[in-house]
Amino acid sequence: MGMTLTEKILARHAGLDRVEPGQIINAKVDLVLANELSAAVSIGVMRQIKGADRVFDPSKIALVEDHFVPAKDVQSAKIAKLMKDFAIDQKIEHFFDVGRGGIEHVVLPEEGLIAPGELIVGGDSHTCTYGALGAFATGMGSTDIAAAFILGEVWIKVPSTIKIVYDGQLGEMVSAKDIMLKTVGTLGIDGATYRAIEYHGTTVDALSITGRTTMANMAIEAGAKNGIFHADAKAIAYVQERTDRKFIVEASDADAVYERIVKIDVGNLEPQIACPHTPDNVHGVSDVTRDDIPLDQVFIGSCTNGYIEDLRVVAKILDGKKIASRLRVIINPGSQKVWMQAAQEGILTILASAGCIVNTPGCGACFGGHMGTLGDGERCLSTTNRNYVGRMGSPTAEVYLASPATCAASALTGIITDPRVMELAHA
Amino acid sequence: MASSLRGHAHTYGKNVDTDVIIPGKYCNLVDPVELGKHALEGLDPEYTARMKPGDIIVADSNFGCGSSREVAPIAIKGSGTSAVIAKSFARIFYRNALNIGLPIFESPEAVDGISAGDEIEVEPSTGVVRNITKGTQFQAAAFPPFMQALIDAGGLQPYVERRLAERAAT
Repeated sequence: MGMTLTEKILARHAGLDRVEPGQIINAKVDLVLANELSAAVSIGVMRQIKGADRVFDPSKIALVEDHFVPAKDVQSAKIAKLMKDFAIDQKIEHFFDVGRGGIEHVVLPEEGLIAPGELIVGGDSHTCTYGALGAFATGMGSTDIAAAFILGEVWIKVPSTIKIVYDGQLGEMVSAKDIMLKTVGTLGIDGATYRAIEYHGTTVDALSITGRTTMANMAIEAGAKNGIFHADAKAIAYVQERTDRKFIVEASDADAVYERIVKIDVGNLEPQIACPHTPDNVHGVSDVTRDDIPLDQVFIGSCTNGYIEDLRVVAKILDGKKIASRLRVIINPGSQKVWMQAAQEGILTILASAGCIVNTPGCGACFGGHMGTLGDGERCLSTTNRNYVGRMGSPTAEVYLASPATCAASALTGIITDPRVMELAHA
Repeated sequence: MASSLRGHAHTYGKNVDTDVIIPGKYCNLVDPVELGKHALEGLDPEYTARMKPGDIIVADSNFGCGSSREVAPIAIKGSGTSAVIAKSFARIFYRNALNIGLPIFESPEAVDGISAGDEIEVEPSTGVVRNITKGTQFQAAAFPPFMQALIDAGGLQPYVERRLAERAAT
């Protein structure tokens, strides 16, 4: 009996010839990630563990200041400093302070810290993003991350795998975000709990690395342990441009066992919207485009859609125009590099001229931390990944999730708008 | 987790996510008692005022879905809540709860058989859930042996210490 890609990566990291779903293994990790929120707790745990003075390997830990940065208050400054001091004391090579990194999940692939076949654990649920490059990557809590800091290994229950096959050519203004919203809507927010999602099909073969990143990022929104793509020539080239590190490219066996296979035809897919208050409350944009749901805020960015490709789409739609009155539009490039690229391409000027504010890279607005928190009764259309009650601020606020194109089109009208209609209007 | 856990039930629906268990704006806190003051604030703002130490959260499926924030189970524990009984748990929350020593129990039958305000007693060593108010009894799912060993050892911390000691010996 063959193995899936996820099973092969886990078996190799556990030093085993094969593993079965449900089996509990001890696996070596190639990289351990934490941000200042998860690290603050991990560092405290580590200090309580007898004999654990040093991390297992300072070159295999990445620490990123991204959630409450630049520090919003004294308490946030305190935990940011706690992580920085830890990074210096432990001689952590990959420490990304404010202005040197950005959002963790945008930064790590960009810096060549992720390669196919590697095993990454992170103190953030969206660590699953790295599956875009053919790695096994999963989010854990701070105590598990502290254990990984010290031991360089984690215990993992081998997940069974759900294979999803996407076919059909995407229409104009329909993107990877729409495919993934459709997927979460199809599976449900607990539809893949404890499972791996393996993405297949001609549609995803044609996607850019950024598009695959958007999709892997939201595997957790269906409850999955990890979401993974096979590393093809595109992924291998992306990684080799960024690192000389050797890596192993594996593939699921032809006779691998899947828990189930889901087929999704995206040929006629319209832009998708996740309505309040769960990411699986997904509808086609034509069901949601109504004058009676005016927007107060549009947010474009995050680890889901904070990439240069996303900003290019937005700039194309907003170029030479003004955003709707009584609306605020917050743009959040995912990393310092994305921000600089957008500056060089003139994108930041286009967005600012349209009336948007361009923030520094960070996670703040997405989780109701700072830099774009919603007030009572406010409504936001966002490219982020979650829309639970209170996610972006007030518990009485509403968050709708959509693609960058849908958010940009809606920024011009002030209501949820089909970007394909905008396209026609300007043709 | 030797002695039994006893308190009144506070019941909730499915998919109670980490954003409502502890809203993001409190995630820069580290003190369990401070975090505990905001437990379930996004779902039931009166919870911490209403609950008594020892009370038990009873919820439908997929409890704790969403982010990996370990402060979610820490806040529940910090509030004085003694246990969570649910039909099922999201995976990261499940690991986190075991790691920080928040007793959690999976039992769809118990959840269906408990009403808000019922007095509940749970025996952690056996997973027996008693509804004292209604005079009924349920058996929560057993933990897989590896996890039961982690729980018996007192959480992940002693496990890590043992692994370090094993390495030092070889």
